[in-house]
Amino acid sequence: MSMRFDASRRASLQMLLAMGALRPALAAASAEPAAAPVLKVVATFSILADMVREVGGPAVEVSALVGPNADAHVYEPTPADVRRVARADLVVANGLRFEGWIDRLIASSGYRGKVVVASAGIVPLQLGGGADPHAWQSMVNGQRYAQTLRGALLAAAPQRSAEINAQAAGYLARMAALEQDTRSRIAALPESRRRVITSHDAFGYFAAAYGVRFIAPRGWTTGSEPSAETVARIVRQARETQASALLVENISDPRLIERIAREAHLKVGGQLYSDALSAPGTAADTYIHLFEHNVRTLVEAMTPAGNEHTH
Amino acid sequence: MTLHELLIQPFVEFGFMRRALVACVALGLSCGPIGTLLVLRRMSLVGDAIAHALLPGAALAFVMFGYSLWAMSVGGFVAAVAVAGLAGLVARLTPQREDASFAAFYLIALAGGVMIISMRGSSVDLMRVLFGTVLAVDDASLLLIAGIASVSLLVLAVVYRPLVVECFDPGFLRHLGHAGAWVHGLFLMLLVLNLVGGFQALGTLMAVGLMMLPATAARFWAAEVWSLAAVAALIAVLSGWGGLLLSYHANLPSGPAIVMLAGSFYVLSLLLGSRDSLLARQRSQRTHRKA
Repeated sequence: MSMRFDASRRASLQMLLAMGALRPALAAASAEPAAAPVLKVVATFSILADMVREVGGPAVEVSALVGPNADAHVYEPTPADVRRVARADLVVANGLRFEGWIDRLIASSGYRGKVVVASAGIVPLQLGGGADPHAWQSMVNGQRYAQTLRGALLAAAPQRSAEINAQAAGYLARMAALEQDTRSRIAALPESRRRVITSHDAFGYFAAAYGVRFIAPRGWTTGSEPSAETVARIVRQARETQASALLVENISDPRLIERIAREAHLKVGGQLYSDALSAPGTAADTYIHLFEHNVRTLVEAMTPAGNEHTH
Repeated sequence: MTLHELLIQPFVEFGFMRRALVACVALGLSCGPIGTLLVLRRMSLVGDAIAHALLPGAALAFVMFGYSLWAMSVGGFVAAVAVAGLAGLVARLTPQREDASFAAFYLIALAGGVMIISMRGSSVDLMRVLFGTVLAVDDASLLLIAGIASVSLLVLAVVYRPLVVECFDPGFLRHLGHAGAWVHGLFLMLLVLNLVGGFQALGTLMAVGLMMLPATAARFWAAEVWSLAAVAALIAVLSGWGGLLLSYHANLPSGPAIVMLAGSFYVLSLLLGSRDSLLARQRSQRTHRKA
């Protein structure tokens, strides 16, 4: 017993001595970029957090206020979130009124640092009388976001500029390649096929950038039992616009979707991700994966198939 | 808006409306007579109890086999028959009345069902999977509903006489012994079958409304068992048709719209029916006074 006590005391003594000896060495190292303090960044939602992580690499430690698969529209800050914002070195928000709660959250946390608006410099589309906040749904805008984030991180951690620049350059190159690829894959489809029906209105920027029409029937909410009128309107709209497919999000009654699709001679496509990443390890766990997944799902849905009009 | 546009056109234009109508007609035709017999046998609340007793069976089948119409229907059927059987057994073996044992077992079943549903996480989702919507009736559910309706009407025709006799003279069939219990059991089976079909089609626990409301309304228009059953079936079919139109034109959820319309038929019959309604009673009192 006493032997062990002695041993541990000796060990801690040795550690203290060692630390004392190291102190000058540490001070010397902090001048090197590799050991500069890690920048603590709080991003408002999962997609933005992923972009910051990609651009900042090891220079940043990012957390998201609204995590994967969660809806930023109905977010309620917790005391832990307020604390995270208070201790952050940098706060990143989308802007365009996507996070209506951010100003109050920052005020109540006492955070006095900079708030980076990732969508800065983007000309917003209009959506229902206001600016459409879902600007990241176009990869051109995605690159803008990355550039804005690079500038903000460089300003906040100039001593790590080489790292951040290299990391951001790689990311931007991958984004540019994806942009090219998306453009050519969608351009290869006949224009009459580039129409789909979705239940939500988050794809305005995607539509404008790549020439796909998204039709969102009015009154199609997932929260309540549908009326015959709603179903009839969806069917009628689908027939009139000759959409290629029905893409759904989180609609829990598969029978109703099946019915609508049959009635309107549509096929049921996969799920699109709009405002949040999916859980780590699944199809849309990063911004790039999310975008790739959406493009793949859309192209599959819009590709003319031989057996499609055999009703 | 022309009358054609109001009443017919939705069914011409949309296949899902036609399917929903066929499901409602089939269900109404068999639920009318069964509801009538329930009322006559003073078992009006048993339908409600059985509808709740389906829940754990359907939920368990969903948890085990995923979304399968047949598994869920069989599961619901087995659970409800078990509840009905146990309740009947207790009534036979102990002095406790059947309504009390029914209440006990259906509450146990309901609690079990809710428990299974909440173990699956989000309760809203499973509730919506368990209960279809009349707007999404597919071929399989349509076959199920039509099959149940046909079997019910056939079986009712065969056991019509003993069933009716028992309504008015419960002692008669008890006198017959085994045969009486057999007829009673068969009737409960039909009841369960129709509720299974009903909750596939109407999509809510309110399926029992399409069974009971027309039957209770019919009482203010007819007196013989066959005419009661016919009026009940007619009201049920009209409620289905009108409820679908209401859902189509007024943007209301279909299941509740159908049951609400059946409810309005009941209130109207209660007030204005030709037999024993409030209006009829007042009239007969007046004529008595004059005479």
